[in-house]
Formats: sequence, C-alpha cells, structure tokens
Amino acid sequence: MLDVSNGGGESDAILSVRSVAKSFGGVQAVKEVSLDVERGSIFSIIGPNGAGKTSLVNMISGFYKADQGSITFDGTELIGKRPSQIAEQGIARTFQNIALFHGLTVLDNLMLGRHVRMKSGILSSILYWGAAQKEEVEHRKRAEEIIDFLRITDLRRMTTGELAYGLQKRVELGRALALDPTLLLLDEPMAGMNQEEKEDMVRYVLDVNAEFGTTIVLIEHDMGVVMDISDHIVVLDQGEKIADGTPDVVKADPAVIRAYLGASHLQD
Amino acid sequence: MFYRESGEYKTDYKRDMTLYALPISRFSVGLMVLLFFVAAPLLLGEYQLTLLSLVAIAVVGALGLNILVGYAGQLSIGHAAFMSVGAYTAANLVTKLDMPFLLTLPAGGLMAAAIGLVVGIPSLRIKGIYLAIATLAAQFIIEWIINHSPSISGGVQASIEIDRPTILGWKLDQAVELYMFLVTIAAIAIVCTQNLIRSRIGRAFIAIRDQDIAAEIIGISVFKYKLYAFGISSFYAGVTGVLYTYYLGIASYEQFTLVVSIDYLAMIIIGGLGSILGSVLGAFFITLLPIGIRLFMENVGSLFLEPEALASIISQMRLIVFGSLIIIFLIMEPEGLNRLWINIRNYFRVWPFSY
Ligand SMILES: Nc1ncnc2c1ncn2[C@@H]1O[C@H](COP(=O)(O)OP(=O)(O)OP(=O)(O)O)[C@@H](O)[C@H]1O
Ligand SMILES: [Mg+2]
Repeated sequence: MLDVSNGGGESDAILSVRSVAKSFGGVQAVKEVSLDVERGSIFSIIGPNGAGKTSLVNMISGFYKADQGSITFDGTELIGKRPSQIAEQGIARTFQNIALFHGLTVLDNLMLGRHVRMKSGILSSILYWGAAQKEEVEHRKRAEEIIDFLRITDLRRMTTGELAYGLQKRVELGRALALDPTLLLLDEPMAGMNQEEKEDMVRYVLDVNAEFGTTIVLIEHDMGVVMDISDHIVVLDQGEKIADGTPDVVKADPAVIRAYLGASHLQD
Repeated sequence: MFYRESGEYKTDYKRDMTLYALPISRFSVGLMVLLFFVAAPLLLGEYQLTLLSLVAIAVVGALGLNILVGYAGQLSIGHAAFMSVGAYTAANLVTKLDMPFLLTLPAGGLMAAAIGLVVGIPSLRIKGIYLAIATLAAQFIIEWIINHSPSISGGVQASIEIDRPTILGWKLDQAVELYMFLVTIAAIAIVCTQNLIRSRIGRAFIAIRDQDIAAEIIGISVFKYKLYAFGISSFYAGVTGVLYTYYLGIASYEQFTLVVSIDYLAMIIIGGLGSILGSVLGAFFITLLPIGIRLFMENVGSLFLEPEALASIISQMRLIVFGSLIIIFLIMEPEGLNRLWINIRNYFRVWPFSY
C-alpha cells in the first residue's frame, strides 16, 4: 500500500524520544522509553490498557512534562515547552476522549485548528478591516478544503455537540489537520467506531500521510488496522518498551505475544 | 433578527463572512438604526431619552462583561470596580488637566484595562468560583483604595463633579444630544464586539471556555488569552464608567459598588451568556426593571397599600424580583432572553410549517 520503507541504512528521524519517563505518585506510567519516528512514516504505538501510550503522547504534545529524558522534533527540544509552543512547531493531535469545542460549529472548530497559522491581534480583529478580513477569508479557504477532504460539507454549520460520535472523531481529525501539521498524533482515532466508520478513518489516515506527507504517530488497539497500515510499530507494556520494529517483526516477537496474552487482549 | 436563508446563495467566502450576510438581517439592522437613531429622538420625551441613555451605557458594560464571562468563561464579580477606575480616571483628567471628552473616554478605558490585566493574573492558577472570589476581592480593594486616596477620589465625599461632555466644541447638554451620542457609542460597541467574537481572538475565547486543555494543545496560549479577555472586558467597563460619570455629572464610588457588579451579571445571565443580542436585551431589561416595578406598584399597589408602605416596598421589590428572575433564568432558561428570542425566531423561520 505504501512504500515508505524503514529498512535502509541512515534514518531520517523527525521525532526522537530518548529515555523518557513519567510517574504519577507511585505509578510509573512510562519507564525510560526511547524511539525514533521516521519522517513521512506511519508509526504506531500499541500495548494493553494502561501501558502508557497516552502518557507518552501527552509528553510529546507537552500536556505532561516528562520527569527525565529528551524529546526532539526536527532537532528542537520539546521538553519544557508549553503545549501551545509545541503546536506552533507543527505538531497536532487528537484525543482519546474527544475534546472538541462544542459551543462552536464544525467550521469554527477547524478555524481554531488554524489559530497558530493566523496572526490578527486584538485591534485588527475588532475593526475587522483589511488585513484581518483578508486573513479570515484566506484561512477559511483552507478550512473548507479540509472539510471537503473529510466529506463533512453538510455539517459545517452544525455545532459539534449535535454530531454523532463517529463524526465528532472525524471533525477532531479535521481540527488537527487544519494546523497543517508536519507531525500528527492520533490517540485511538477509531475507538468505538463501527466497521464502516473505521474503514473511512483508515482511508483518511492513509490519505493524509500520502497526500500531505504528514508523519503520523498512531495509538490503536485494532491489530488488524495497525498491522496493515503501519511502517513501524513500538509496543509498550506497563510503561516499558518491549518491542520495536516493522509489523512483521513485532507480530512474531514472543514478548509481544506474551504481553497481549497476559492482558488477554489478543485480537485476531 | 428574523432570518430566512432560502434563496440566498453565497458565491465567495468574503461575502459569506460579512457581518450581516442575509438581506433580512440587513433589513432588521436598518430597522433598528431607524428606530433608535431617528424615531426615538423625534418621538420620545426627555425623560424617556434619559432612560434610553442609561440603557445605552449599560449595553457597553454588559457587552464587556459578556466577553469575559459569557465568551471566555471567566467568572467575574468585580466588573463595577473597573467602571470606577474608568470613572475616576476621566474625572481626574478633566478636573486636573482639563482634558477633552474624546481623550478621557479612551483613557478611562485603558486605565481600567491595565488594572483588569493585573486582576486577571490569578486566572492562570484558579478557575470558576475561586476566580470569582478573587475578582470579588478586587472589587473591594479597588473600592477601598479609591475611597482612601484623596488624590484619586477628590476628598471627603470621594466624588468629583464634572461638566457635561463637549465634543469638538459641541456641548452635549440637551438630553437628546447626549442620547444620540450614547446610542452611537453603544452601536459602535456592538459592532466591535461582533467583530471580535467572529474572528481569531473571539474564537480563542470560546475555545478556552469550552475546553481549556484542548485549546492549549491546538496552540492557544490560554493564559495570554485569559488576560486578553480581562483586559478587553475591563476596557469596556472603564468606558462604561466614563460614560456614567459624564451622564451623571459626577464620579462617585457609590455608583460602582458590588451591587452594580451583580446587576451586570444579572444582565448577561438574564440576557444570555455568550450572546451579543443577549447583552443588549439584558441591559434593557435590568435597567428598565426598577422603573417597571415602580410603575406597576404605583398603579396596582396603591389600590391596597398606604403610600408610605408603598415607598418602602418598592425598594425591596426590586431585589426580590431581581433575585427571583436570576434563579428562574438559571434554572429554566440558562441561555437567557436570547434563547427565548431564538426559539421565537426559529418558529417563524419555518412558519407556517411546524418543522
Ligand atoms: N494524569 C494522571 N494521573 C495519574 N495517573 C495517570 C495519569 N495519566 C495516566 N496515569 C496512569 O498511567 C498509566 C498509563 O496510562 P495511559 O493513559 O498512558 O495508558 P494507555 O496506554 O493510554 O491506556 P489505554 O489503552 O487504556 O488508553 C495508568 O496506570 C494510568 O492510570
Ligand atoms: Mg490511552
């Protein structure tokens, strides 16, 4: 399906995580995890419930501050930066539990996704004259492109609270895409979806990766999907990285099989 | 206003994004302009114009508070304190430096904005009711400082008298002149707020209100925008304070006590949180309510009450009606008068079909 191979000699990592750890009180959610995400790839993080996947992504997007280690994105250290500064670097994400702005329309949610790409300050916004208006129109165009891409044209004027769960997940992807991210973090984008919605979402993820060249870090429990679309997989268990490699390598790894059997989480 | 979208097709985003994009909304805006700028000054007497002037001032203040509370979701019960900052700033600039109205107006707003930024700092750490308590503290501290600094408050009475405003040599000493001026300011405030809310900054406010964590993650510096909200809201409050001062001819801290802060909260709760039309409706409602109560009691109450008893009841009635209304709205119609209006509008929008 995709030909971004991972085997060749020198790697071009857009994101490098080095010995990152995070604990909450007594719970060590993430223990000394290191990984490299190759530019332009689809990189999946899997593992049983409570393995530390979300915590790791939260550290990348700056929502949690890592206790130790380093996270570099395109050579820039991310640890210590505020989430909004990390977004400005071109990193967008979706949430395991949908976090849309329910008081706003689909369109406005997407426009908010473009916040860091816009500049208008207070005064020009209040006057809504010249530059501010031009900027709104320009960015509206990009938002509409994403709306077309995700085929949610007839929903654009609806407030997101009115939408069905599957559509909310799609709009949340749209809001993340609106940033024009170079790195997109997706935390279980297909959870709770029916088969058809899942297939749609997989399609969008692949298209985003192929059309926009966006690097994707994906957390997902559906093994079928993960094995199908990932270029590279990292497996976490109880905060530790237990495997790291291509789908074929990971599938055959005894430690992975053990972790999944132990957590009785094996899906065909 | 009453919309019927059908038959209207937008061909480009710029047109789609203008403030009053539909002919029907342009029509209702035109109607409002005609009503308040032409009909009212021609048809109404001095007393009614004075009342409408008060409403116009309240509109500005209510818009300001709604930006902070309704849109950005930061509860404040210190709005009146920022008005007093504006009021005393203007009064001092007039009496000490003989500054003209067109300068004291923004100066009062800016000073209040500066103080508002400081008061907004705790919003970095605290939310909701705790933040409200912090703004309550600000209300008392500002009141106390003004009251105890003769250099600000102008001595024992803690009040400064000033003359009617003059704009480029034109003195607004007739009720109708003042009315025209104030209603213009209110109209400007409405348009500015509409612009703010539909653009980048306003969207960020709503994002912070709805989901502050997600807002930060998509790149909105939440703290910065909370401060913006405090600053802008306080600017409106400062301007409101300046307008009251000119309207009354005196800057007095008694005009800006906690009760006034609560009045303004009542305006936006009853009018509709996070709604511009709601701010306007609320300003009308709360400003005219005491007069309505008095008229009602004088006409109906006098049938079965002694005149002295009536007088004391009228002043109590206001608080009772007020409190009950806030509770009723919070429980029955949390989105306020604006929601009632939308329901009516939606009914007529598809009329005569019921769905
Ligand atoms: N904010 C927090 N406070 C306390 N404990 C936390 C917090 N966030 C995560 N944890 C704990 O860290 C561990 C890892 O949680 P995390 O959410 O990262 O797992 P996950 O791999 O995403 O699981 P799931 O598949 O269920 O989403 C869990 O034990 C969890 O309880
Ligand atoms: Mg998780």
